[in-house]
Amino acid sequence: MTAAGEPQPLDDATRHALAELLLALADDEFVIGFWDSEWTGIAPMLEEDVATSSIAQDEIGHARALYELLATLTDDDPDRIAYGREPDGYRHAALLDHARGDWAFSVARRHLYETADAVRLASLATSSYEPLALLAGKMRREETYHLLHADAWLQRLAGAPDASGRLADALRSLWPDAQEVFAPLAGEEVLDRAGILPTPLRALHADWQRQVRPVLEPITGPLPDAAPTLDGRERHGDDFRWLHGEFTMVARQEAGATW
Amino acid sequence: MVSAAASELRERRVWDELARIPDPEIPGISVVDLGVIGSVAVDDDRVRVELLPTFVGCPAIGVMQEQITERIGSLGIAPEVQVVVTMDPPWTSDRITAAGRERLRLSGFAPPAPLPAGPALGMLDELAVLPIAACPYCGSGNTTMENPFGPTLCRAIYHCADCRQPFEQFKRV
Repeated sequence: MTAAGEPQPLDDATRHALAELLLALADDEFVIGFWDSEWTGIAPMLEEDVATSSIAQDEIGHARALYELLATLTDDDPDRIAYGREPDGYRHAALLDHARGDWAFSVARRHLYETADAVRLASLATSSYEPLALLAGKMRREETYHLLHADAWLQRLAGAPDASGRLADALRSLWPDAQEVFAPLAGEEVLDRAGILPTPLRALHADWQRQVRPVLEPITGPLPDAAPTLDGRERHGDDFRWLHGEFTMVARQEAGATW
Repeated sequence: MVSAAASELRERRVWDELARIPDPEIPGISVVDLGVIGSVAVDDDRVRVELLPTFVGCPAIGVMQEQITERIGSLGIAPEVQVVVTMDPPWTSDRITAAGRERLRLSGFAPPAPLPAGPALGMLDELAVLPIAACPYCGSGNTTMENPFGPTLCRAIYHCADCRQPFEQFKRV
């Protein structure tokens, strides 16, 4: 795919910080897309097989577009960025580092992620970096369907006897790591000043908490104070190392393969 | 240097040919009626077509690029054909033409409902805006969405309570 839009002149510090932002956004979408694909064939019902597979395809498509944007900025190859890094080089938030778990766990994670992503995309759609603003605006339209899906399942499980307990446990256990979607990025202040990140991550985080607490707390009870941490995008465990082995398998076996 | 009239004529020929290129996933509708052609520009060196993906991750984009390059190339208007994928302007389901909406219906797809007018709604308010679809077979509005996700990224699955027929809708997005 050819990236469109006139390249804008950026100084080194801005380009470096923008690359960090794009990598975080892309890795979030890429990793949750692969976790979703782990439900293909074994979701609780046929309709959900279709839905999670379609959502996974959307997310990996978004990741591809973001990796392409990043590759034009850093003169790199999108496939190398996607498949050519060691696990420690990925920058997805800690929320996305866990295995898919059971259905309630997947629904809980998806709701936390989709709501955080919606807040983030709404801001990025007004970014002064036009290629990112256009892509974020476009992604946002598609993500509305994911949000609708996640919220419908949240409400459905919350009203079911066994599922509601599992859902509440999953939400409570994921709550600290969910904050990390807004973890600070290196050089973020440069992006704030340039209007590339129109709202600082700290403010987006507060906005997200304000919106989700009234939805989640009737299910979980009061959720503790929680804030993003400095290494929120650098803590990777065995779950992700396993997933990384899966999604890089073809690229490792056949360097340069296309499919 | 060519005259404006000659240039316009060549652009017209490109648009006419594009109107005969089917969407790879729903062959009943052309890429022009689907609204994915953003612009056409012709000069002596090249034909430049801007292609707007319906969905960011649409796997048919590569096929569309190849088909357009080949078909427009065969017109012999200029030595080079360049098909550029762009999101400026973003494709929305409102870009489907009136003729395209009718072609969708004849192919058994409900056309997307128009996008709501006015400013974008807040994050969770949007959840209340469920799209509706008229059955492409009997025209009934007595339908329910079975799944907002379907066999391709751009399609949702519905059921008609009157003629009891499942059908797909091209998603509103």
